[in-house]
Amino acid sequence: MRRIVVVGNGMVGARFADEVRRRGGARLTVVGAESHPAYNRVLLSTVLAGGVAPSAIALQPTGWAADHGIDVRSGVAATSIDPVARTVTCSDGALLRYDDLVLATGSRAWLPPVPGLPGPGVVPFRDLDDCLAILDMARPGARLAVLGGGLLGLEAARGLAARGVEVTVVHPAGHLMERQLDAGAGAVLADVVDRLGVRLLVGVGAVSWAPGVGLTCDDGSLLAVDGLVVAAGVRAETGLAADAGARVDRGIVVDDRLAASLPDVHAIGDCAQHDGAPPGLVQPGWEQAAVLADLLTGADPAARYRGTRAVTRLKARGVDLTAVGDVHAEDDDATELLRLTDSRRGRYAKLALRDDRVVGGIMIGFPDAAASVIQLHDTGSPAPSDRLALLLGRALPGEATPTADPGRLPAAAVVCRCNTVTKGALVTAWRSGATDLGALRTATRAGTGCGSCAATVEGICGWLAATDAPADPAPPQLQERHFPAAQLQESAVPAGRDGPTTQDDEPAHDYDREGAA
Amino acid sequence: MARMPADTHCPYCALQCGMTVGGAGTVAPREFPTNRGGLCQKGWTAGSLLSHPDRLTTPLVDGVPASWDSAIGHVADRIRDLQAAYGPDSVAVFGGGGLTNEKAYLLGRFARVALGTSQIDYNGRFCMSSAAAAGNRAFGIDRGLPFPVTDLDDAEVVVLAGANVAETMPPLMGHLTGARLVVVDPRRTPTAERAVAAGGLHLQPVPGTDLVLALGLLHAAVTEGLVDRAFVEQRTSGFDDAWRLAAQWWPERAERACGVAATDMRTVVSWLAGSARRYVLTARGAEQHAHGVDTVTAWINLSLALGLPGTPGSGFGTITGQGNGQGGREHGQKADQLPGYRRIDDPAARAHVAAVWGVDADSLPGPGRSAVELIDAIGTPGGPRALLVFGSNLRVSAPDAARVAAKLDALDLLVVADFLPGETARRADVVLPVAQWAEEEGTLTNLEGRVLRRRRALDPPPGVRTDLDVITGLAAALGFGGFPTTPRAVFDELRAASAGGPADYSGITWDRLDAGEALHWPCPEPGHPGTPRLFLDRFAHPDGRARLVPVDHVPAAELPDDPYPLRATTGRVLVHYQSGAQTRRVEELAAVVPDVFVEVHPDTAARAGLVDGAWARVESRRGRVLARVRCVLSVRPDTVFLPFHFGDGQAANLLTNPVLDPVSRMPEFKVAAVRLLPVSGEAVSA
Repeated sequence: MRRIVVVGNGMVGARFADEVRRRGGARLTVVGAESHPAYNRVLLSTVLAGGVAPSAIALQPTGWAADHGIDVRSGVAATSIDPVARTVTCSDGALLRYDDLVLATGSRAWLPPVPGLPGPGVVPFRDLDDCLAILDMARPGARLAVLGGGLLGLEAARGLAARGVEVTVVHPAGHLMERQLDAGAGAVLADVVDRLGVRLLVGVGAVSWAPGVGLTCDDGSLLAVDGLVVAAGVRAETGLAADAGARVDRGIVVDDRLAASLPDVHAIGDCAQHDGAPPGLVQPGWEQAAVLADLLTGADPAARYRGTRAVTRLKARGVDLTAVGDVHAEDDDATELLRLTDSRRGRYAKLALRDDRVVGGIMIGFPDAAASVIQLHDTGSPAPSDRLALLLGRALPGEATPTADPGRLPAAAVVCRCNTVTKGALVTAWRSGATDLGALRTATRAGTGCGSCAATVEGICGWLAATDAPADPAPPQLQERHFPAAQLQESAVPAGRDGPTTQDDEPAHDYDREGAA
Repeated sequence: MARMPADTHCPYCALQCGMTVGGAGTVAPREFPTNRGGLCQKGWTAGSLLSHPDRLTTPLVDGVPASWDSAIGHVADRIRDLQAAYGPDSVAVFGGGGLTNEKAYLLGRFARVALGTSQIDYNGRFCMSSAAAAGNRAFGIDRGLPFPVTDLDDAEVVVLAGANVAETMPPLMGHLTGARLVVVDPRRTPTAERAVAAGGLHLQPVPGTDLVLALGLLHAAVTEGLVDRAFVEQRTSGFDDAWRLAAQWWPERAERACGVAATDMRTVVSWLAGSARRYVLTARGAEQHAHGVDTVTAWINLSLALGLPGTPGSGFGTITGQGNGQGGREHGQKADQLPGYRRIDDPAARAHVAAVWGVDADSLPGPGRSAVELIDAIGTPGGPRALLVFGSNLRVSAPDAARVAAKLDALDLLVVADFLPGETARRADVVLPVAQWAEEEGTLTNLEGRVLRRRRALDPPPGVRTDLDVITGLAAALGFGGFPTTPRAVFDELRAASAGGPADYSGITWDRLDAGEALHWPCPEPGHPGTPRLFLDRFAHPDGRARLVPVDHVPAAELPDDPYPLRATTGRVLVHYQSGAQTRRVEELAAVVPDVFVEVHPDTAARAGLVDGAWARVESRRGRVLARVRCVLSVRPDTVFLPFHFGDGQAANLLTNPVLDPVSRMPEFKVAAVRLLPVSGEAVSA
């Protein structure tokens, strides 16, 4: 059996181990520097916000590794790779032989070159221990600064604010989440976040940190805070690979087989650099894990990783933000651009389309439209021709709801769906002598199914009584299962479709439907 | 013989609306808790089939009218010959969820004892099997609604996952008027419209992603702090394992897969958790998938996490479809089952039932093939050579209809008992004309597990026998003369056979039912009041706890690609029932929906060169259907919808994917990859 050594027991390394387990056919050793068993890093901001306990984010049940014969070594770091001997040396002195080596070392928090960092009172926001340390500082009433107004920084700030912490976000760039948002969206987001009780200093850089004093900023101000959370970005963890001679750029360079430049060495997740994989998201890493497991177990030798479309979703209560694709697209000959800014209500929508396909979008405060946009972007399907509905989703005002005025209802409108009774059929029955509610119900069965149309039938009955004396005084032919031919004809038209809109059955004075408000 | 009008129930769906049928076959609605005096158009017009000109009234052997004696004799001879040459399993039986309890039960006994075959299954496999398996797995018992329908009257929130009850079960909507509704459906159905109009929500997932949505909801329930911790601790097991998988589907990730906004997921769980009386109900939309059992399980997991099941005023349930879809899945016409919802591979169950039947337990066959596998085995070595069909029109209702047709045509002997010449009967070697609902006595078990009496209002036409007569007659011709002959006697035998089983009917008698008692099973002894509400004290597993079972998303078996870029999903319309063999013959219903149609988003239609009202060819890898285009905004642009009620070239099941759920053996009716092509008018008429 092939021996696969996985370096890194984070979301991607652990996922890869599980993908291999499901396929079978390999012996697995996983080393992870963190002392915790593999956990769900994406949920750390939820832990920070109090949504879930730190103990509830484990990726695997206790005993999982032993149950499946997988050798997992937590708290053990890989210290060097010998690609010729095909061995990995570990921090506990162990030497692991591999047939395939999978690097899933992830990334580490980047600390900007600010005096005082790292130091007392400073916690990056990257792993579970960081999260626990931040929670330790996050007593209600505590004052904390968050350095970095990107995705992670804002999620952290929102969670801390919900815990009663006085939070200030210090963000040196011109607007929030500048990688995923254009300036307009950044401004709307700032309004939304501000209203949620997070103080923002945008376009302001940090100059120095002094524990017990606070954060000095480049606008000359001093933020008197008790602690500093740093969420200023991450850097791929590539040292091990670089030392072994692998080609490294921003990350470990891999091809569509997730192969690094050394024989039988592979890299997946944040530590890897693949042209099609947006950094900092878990989805590409999970997709890579599945492909690599297919390849290394032989389950699908043709498996290739071709990239993942970038979707950014901010997970912060009270903010619904989505960014996909080319967020900075602007109007040009090839690009169709739709944009709506509704700052007062914290809403912003921008869509870029090329060849009828969504190529980029930013949505703040349009959650259901955002869900559709993500799907269109992911699948590359043609966008709906109703661009306004696409942009606004449910926020688009519907057509005027069907009029409550029975006189204005078209004859073909199905009033009672359970028995396919149109307004026209009711009028016909009335004229055949069914001139009260009970008789109308008996004659047409309107309202005898689920009963939900009772009020409408009653309304039509009242309208007929007020406007239309029976034209035909002959007694009604109301046997069971009797249907006037006219009604059958009406009934043949499915509800709400291309039915005749003539209003021949209507009282003559009430035909100007267009006049309805 | 002139009769008094009979208080009976509608022949169609599992709501079993109360109706009174007069001697001339006239129908009038009747006050009953499920329908409260209401009927839909199908029920109102049901009587017109009693005297329909197409009515079968003479046995047919190879298309030629024959006497009953010669027809039964012919079938018995052929069965004997085939079994002598190819063994007992060469003869198979196919039942239906519309058959009365008595028929379903006797059909099972007939197969196991008179035929000695293991090869019996039924069309409920296409209907309730996923919900049943998930219910058994979670609760230890499967009763569609473990509470009376009227409990829904007081609900504040009801989630309908893949249920379009405004069309399929209209009077049920009368029980939902007070509740805020959440409707999960890829289409904006009339049910979804009602939800939105009354301040509820319509969640419109991509077909085949319902499970992800349910996982996202469970995730949201946990991270929003809405889990009923005390309930989970005291009444369930398995939460941590279920959560571990749901933990990987945070709403934003689930949203990407299923297309439902993460915000909506949080809203729904907050509504459910913020109400005292709330229900989650699934139906075929959640169940008819190759991962239908897991999908239902995901909804059950959510319900358990929020403390719904077994809590007064709240609950989880599945909405049974066919008239006796509940009773029909309890009494032995299922491949792996014996009466009383017993397992055929359980030695104690075999011993009990064998004793009732007066046979040696070792003589009972073991589990047979499930419906699709049974059909697939036709024409293969060891596969069935004869098929006896009761209450089913599988040329229309089974998936991959072209293959089904070829398989049925390959049989040495196809026998169909029916009252109208449906698509399957028309191709049968032997057709046996049987009575309709208003012409016979029996019991059915409705969607809430309540046993109801079906009563005879008029005599069957001359030449027509009841299904029970046919089964007993065939048994006698095969040398098994001891079968009970009256429906009441069959029911009494069923009571004994079910005694001690999960679905215990032993305390239910026709006399009690005729006296007006509302009896829900289990009802284990004569004085027992029945069990309207299950699980209030304990669930049916030995430890009394409900089980959360960890489930994860698996994509639909067939995803859209370049040659077949759209997802087709199938379902129902109000005016037709199941294969349409009945309702298509009711003039008033056929006038509303005369032909199969395909619902297409206007953009999608335009791209395919189609206009509203035109004929289109809908093609999958398995077949093609001619359907009339309906351009509607109620369907997602990536999805088309076809009702499955039509036969021959209009059968939506020509398109469907026969891939099966690993547990329930339910086919994937709800997702198939298709393409749309225009058709010229001449091509249609040709």
